[in-house]
Amino acid sequence: MTEFPVITTSGLTKVYRSGDREVTALDGVDLHVREGEVYGVIGQSGAGKSTLIRCLNLLERPTSGTVTVAGQELTSLAGRGQRASAPLRAARSHIGMVFQHFNLLSSRTVQDNVELPLEILKVDRRERSRKALELLDLVGLADKAKAYPAQLSGGQKQRVGIARALAGDPKVLLSDEATSALDPETTRSILQLLRDLNRKLGLTIVLITHEMDVVKSICDSAALMKNGRVVEQGTVAELLATPGSELARELFPVGGEPSAEDRTVVDITFHGAAATRPVISELSRTYNVDISILGAAMDTVGGKQVGRMRIELPGRFEENVVPIGFLREQGLQVDVADVTAEAVDEAVTPVPAGAPRKEGAK
Amino acid sequence: MQPLLYDRTLDTLFMVWWSGFYAVLLGIPLGVLLHLTHRGAILQNIVVNKVLGAIVNIGRSFPFLILIVVLIPFTRFLVGVSIGPTGAVVPLVIAAVPFFARLVEAALREVDHGLVEAAHAMGGGTWTIVFKVLLPQALPALIAGVTTLVIQLIGYSAIAGAVGGGGLGDLAYTYGYQQYETPLMIATVVELILLVTLVQVLGDRLVRRLAQRGTRASSLRVGLRRTRPEEPAAVTEAA
Ligand SMILES: Nc1ncnc2c1ncn2[C@@H]1O[C@H](COP(=O)(O)OP(=O)(O)OP(=O)(O)O)[C@@H](O)[C@H]1O
Ligand SMILES: [Mg+2]
Repeated sequence: MTEFPVITTSGLTKVYRSGDREVTALDGVDLHVREGEVYGVIGQSGAGKSTLIRCLNLLERPTSGTVTVAGQELTSLAGRGQRASAPLRAARSHIGMVFQHFNLLSSRTVQDNVELPLEILKVDRRERSRKALELLDLVGLADKAKAYPAQLSGGQKQRVGIARALAGDPKVLLSDEATSALDPETTRSILQLLRDLNRKLGLTIVLITHEMDVVKSICDSAALMKNGRVVEQGTVAELLATPGSELARELFPVGGEPSAEDRTVVDITFHGAAATRPVISELSRTYNVDISILGAAMDTVGGKQVGRMRIELPGRFEENVVPIGFLREQGLQVDVADVTAEAVDEAVTPVPAGAPRKEGAK
Repeated sequence: MQPLLYDRTLDTLFMVWWSGFYAVLLGIPLGVLLHLTHRGAILQNIVVNKVLGAIVNIGRSFPFLILIVVLIPFTRFLVGVSIGPTGAVVPLVIAAVPFFARLVEAALREVDHGLVEAAHAMGGGTWTIVFKVLLPQALPALIAGVTTLVIQLIGYSAIAGAVGGGGLGDLAYTYGYQQYETPLMIATVVELILLVTLVQVLGDRLVRRLAQRGTRASSLRVGLRRTRPEEPAAVTEAA
């Protein structure tokens, strides 16, 4: 992974007009995807995820804003009307895309499906065949070259879709819910394949999903979309380190109830070395408080060990300012998960711009 | 009577073959153009679409008998004669092109838009979309359309025959109907029935063969329904 931004959008806006009704599907999206990372975009149905990814190769023309992929500003190549200009088509042939419903041609064999992008690139027959077989081998389907898509399982079809997407030697792979039509087992194997391709080929992957598990298992970075806006984005580590981050909470949920009048509930996130120190017993001893652990979990998120714990301190927040300060001094990330969380966050740590507000107690 | 039946059968086959040939040759581009100029399609052009659509509709709503008469000068200009099998081909083509163009348009509309989108995402242009996606994917439906076209042409050619085009229609009309040669008329009708049946059976068989390689094509047989690959599975599970 490098710091080089391979996909950048700025002020990306898409308004659909049908009659006198307007739907703002994208509302000023600034996306930064770095070279070589797996970037997840998550959000509820209708949040604008598909619209966003379709704008990245200009299948959908943005109403305003710019899209730059691999140093090329696609929005300046658009051409007029529905038709794509030749430079835009050339740029698209080096951006791979995989689809939820695979979109394979039933009239062609598996190999011929993979060859289609090469035909568009006017690669000669011999080289097309060589490359297609090589790609099928890469996705583990070398023996299915002569089969028709109808003879394959969903997972195999998606592998063909991925092989086809790689035919133009793309730097970037776009995936819109590529695993949503698959069962959990197959989903895992497809995600594994994407991860391998990301590592082996240095392929940058933008994937849309509505499953947090997908983000958790393969993404280096993630963005959360709501109502056409990106409300949080960053590397998984950054997100987990952001107090009040909704993505972090979703990525890494801990059980337990929120604070009430007589107790304060605190979420602690440990990264790396801090995870192994006996902080809780130190806290208990130093301040002589009884601490109950409501929930805890260790997990690997984005390839890093992270621990999270929800503890309960007796008394209201005001009475616990000192122990909480102690935890922060230990280098832990501390979130007070209670009804007055907003007031606390504002008082103790500034709310980061763009962080979601907590919607009351959970 | 036998050589007469044989001769007129050849006339009918001549008319159906050549009018079918030209109807397919002209109907496919027209159907493709109708499809591509729709709102939201690659060559979106509402004016062209509406004008072509109107011409096609006029062509289709013209009663065939009237069409033959109206076209007499044009036919004579084009092929030198206005009667006989050759003369009949011109009105047959004029009637069949709009008919077939609509069948082509309908066949292309059934192609999953996701496939077109995938081709766009690969950098494909109009040519790729038409020749590598739309037409190959619609092939079974197009074959079914050609079957319908040929059967329609057999019927039309009989009408053309009755007003001087020759062929089986002429035979049934002049000998069978006007000269009360009932056996000949029956033989002619039976032959027309056999001809239509044969075309239908062959067409169906070809469509089925093409359909076997893909789920999308096989959905043709259940009435050109557009189905997602996973939908049939879901249906069986629910059943
Ligand atoms: N072609 C279109 N015409 C009009 N409105 C559209 C069109 N495509 C999307 N929209 C609207 O834009 C909004 C965002 O849609 P989009 O498909 O991007 O959501 P999504 O996040 O991908 O949802 P899902 O998870 O259901 O796929 C929705 O309100 C949708 O109704
Ligand atoms: Mg979507």
